[in-house]
Amino acid sequence: MKHVDEFRDPAAARRTAEAIARITTRPWTLMEICGGQTHAIVRHGVDLLLPESVSLLHGPGCPVCVTPASMIATAIAIAGRPGVIFCSFGDMLRVPSTSGSLNVAKARGADIRMVYSPLDALAIARAQPDREVVFFAIGFETTAPATAMAVLQAEREGIENFSMLVSHVLVPPAIEAILGDTANIVQGFLAAGHVCTIMGYREYEPISQRYHIPIVVTGFEALDLLQGIYLCIRQLEEGRAEVENQYSRSVRRDGNDLAQAAIARVFTVRQQNWRGIGDIQASGLGLAPAYMRYDALLRFSDIAIAPERAGECFSGEILRGLRKPDACPAFGTGCTPEHPLGATMVSPEGACAAYYRYRRPIAVAGA
Amino acid sequence: MDEIPKFVLRCPLPIAADSAIELAHGGGGLLTRQLIDGIFRPAFATTPGDLTHDGAILEIAGARLAFTTDSYVVRPLFFPGGDIGTLAVNGTVNDLAMCGAEPLYLSAGLIIEEGFALADLRRIIDSIRLAALAAGVKLVTGDTKVVERGKGDGLYINTSGVGLVTARQPVTPARVQPGDTVIISGDIARHGVAIMAVREGLGFETTITSDCAPLATPVRDLLRAGIDVHCLRDLTRGGLATALIEIAETANVIIRLNDTAIPVSAPVRGACELLGLDPLYIANEGRFAAFVPAAGAEEALAILKRHDEAAVIIGHVEAFVRNGEVRLDTIGGSRPLDMLSGEQLPRIC
Repeated sequence: MKHVDEFRDPAAARRTAEAIARITTRPWTLMEICGGQTHAIVRHGVDLLLPESVSLLHGPGCPVCVTPASMIATAIAIAGRPGVIFCSFGDMLRVPSTSGSLNVAKARGADIRMVYSPLDALAIARAQPDREVVFFAIGFETTAPATAMAVLQAEREGIENFSMLVSHVLVPPAIEAILGDTANIVQGFLAAGHVCTIMGYREYEPISQRYHIPIVVTGFEALDLLQGIYLCIRQLEEGRAEVENQYSRSVRRDGNDLAQAAIARVFTVRQQNWRGIGDIQASGLGLAPAYMRYDALLRFSDIAIAPERAGECFSGEILRGLRKPDACPAFGTGCTPEHPLGATMVSPEGACAAYYRYRRPIAVAGA
Repeated sequence: MDEIPKFVLRCPLPIAADSAIELAHGGGGLLTRQLIDGIFRPAFATTPGDLTHDGAILEIAGARLAFTTDSYVVRPLFFPGGDIGTLAVNGTVNDLAMCGAEPLYLSAGLIIEEGFALADLRRIIDSIRLAALAAGVKLVTGDTKVVERGKGDGLYINTSGVGLVTARQPVTPARVQPGDTVIISGDIARHGVAIMAVREGLGFETTITSDCAPLATPVRDLLRAGIDVHCLRDLTRGGLATALIEIAETANVIIRLNDTAIPVSAPVRGACELLGLDPLYIANEGRFAAFVPAAGAEEALAILKRHDEAAVIIGHVEAFVRNGEVRLDTIGGSRPLDMLSGEQLPRIC
């Protein structure tokens, strides 16, 4: 398939891996931000091609993983209300919270529907004006524009039986939180190509300068990742710390102006709780005052959100790059995709689930 | 693992103790198996035949018969490349073929919801008639029930089938052994993607049609050519990966697959990339995997290619092991394929 096969060419991958080995003179620890990248790395075995001295840590960029459990509990409570149609992206349905998962709620009779876009949820609201339709708006800057467009569209059409449970998160504050941690061991970042397609990479430049750390905007195919790793290590070996763009076939420095304008119009930046990590200043998006009437939390204001419980499982340390999934004593035994103890085991983008699916025998052999 | 530190598992997440059936229990993955192993198998442990296979083999008065049943609840009832009627015939015909049997007779039980359009019923019955004709089976008995409006979803169909086993040697996972070649009969994942595209209203520019088709003829050709077919498996619910994992675990072997050899058509791959789905786990309704000794592999492949040009060798069986598994060779090495717990869920980004 064009535009995919070229980036999965085994011979080219080996050549790039050899180039990485040639320029690497000492140990380096890099982090890929995005769960989609983690998934691709373990799926294609990209990390197995790297010299032993290069270590990849898996970052917090799995939107399903970092959505607070209390938010999922709230979602389940809203979905259980009579007359509500609750719409969610597919991989959110299985994530456990203190009151089960949306899937379990669905089995118990809640009207929960899997959608591919917030606009699908809006279409349901349009078609069923007698029902209250709620969309679970999660994800990074990649999904935020679509959420914003759904709000703007609802306003334009005067659709009032539509609201959103918003838990959008932002990448740069998460990177800063990782870098500001005294235990941090990450020396270079592969930034998420999709996020930068929307946002551009201007906002990463001050972070790179402040912490003197290379940040390479990287795509999602095997060769993208290898090239991103190559560029990042080349910077480290040469003592440079800049923002570089590996994913130039999709990313411009300024990003997508229209998408950014939609986000800026509909949302305001707010403090956000990250599952397994905690509160991060100015790291989330909430509806702007002008669009508050689409906020499901206000519409169902009698639902009390249980506060997030601290110290869930290992996943917080995994999301911050302090540990790898197979270092967890419960990995693959007490904690599996069927019975996940934490969110990183649930979503296919979660580092634990990716390791479980693609690395289990190796992990078991090493245990 | 001894340097595991200060960290204590304090996870407060109570996982619901499987108190109710979820959709995933019917997804063909791990939860389905838990249901079979935990509830069905213990209750019917004396049932003759190989419960891990697509049908039972029964010795009756000197004849070896294959017997199987399947229920069809597909939504929507009509989809590009077929409808619930074609599916209900081909699905059961194919389960019989996978036992190395010549499909002969089918039954059909219809559960119809009050208010269902007669025109739709006529259309589906005609599909059943044509599919039976094409597969060379006779529909010899049936049953009709009508349930109140709201108590069914339009139409459900159950079909059972009987066939005469023509393979000289048993065709079963138990005969899979190191050295076997794994051939698949065509490109994968069409059916699941076609259904998803219409069900979820994904406006793809190209129409992907289901691969729904009877497999009795290619199987008969393999057997008539004298190929010592060790095992056959149609790649339905759970797709290629789930089918092969089940075989690997039953036969206690390592099946090694070449990722790049597995044929997936460009439109199907495009759809899968877009939705974050793995075609290896997507359902087919007219594709199967054949395990044949390496010596007969080229001949078997040539026979299958006469039915579908995309038939291809995708791997081989490597060794007996205590816990069988399927390994997929990729760019960086090889990785094990894992059984999914239920249906695949599209990823968010």
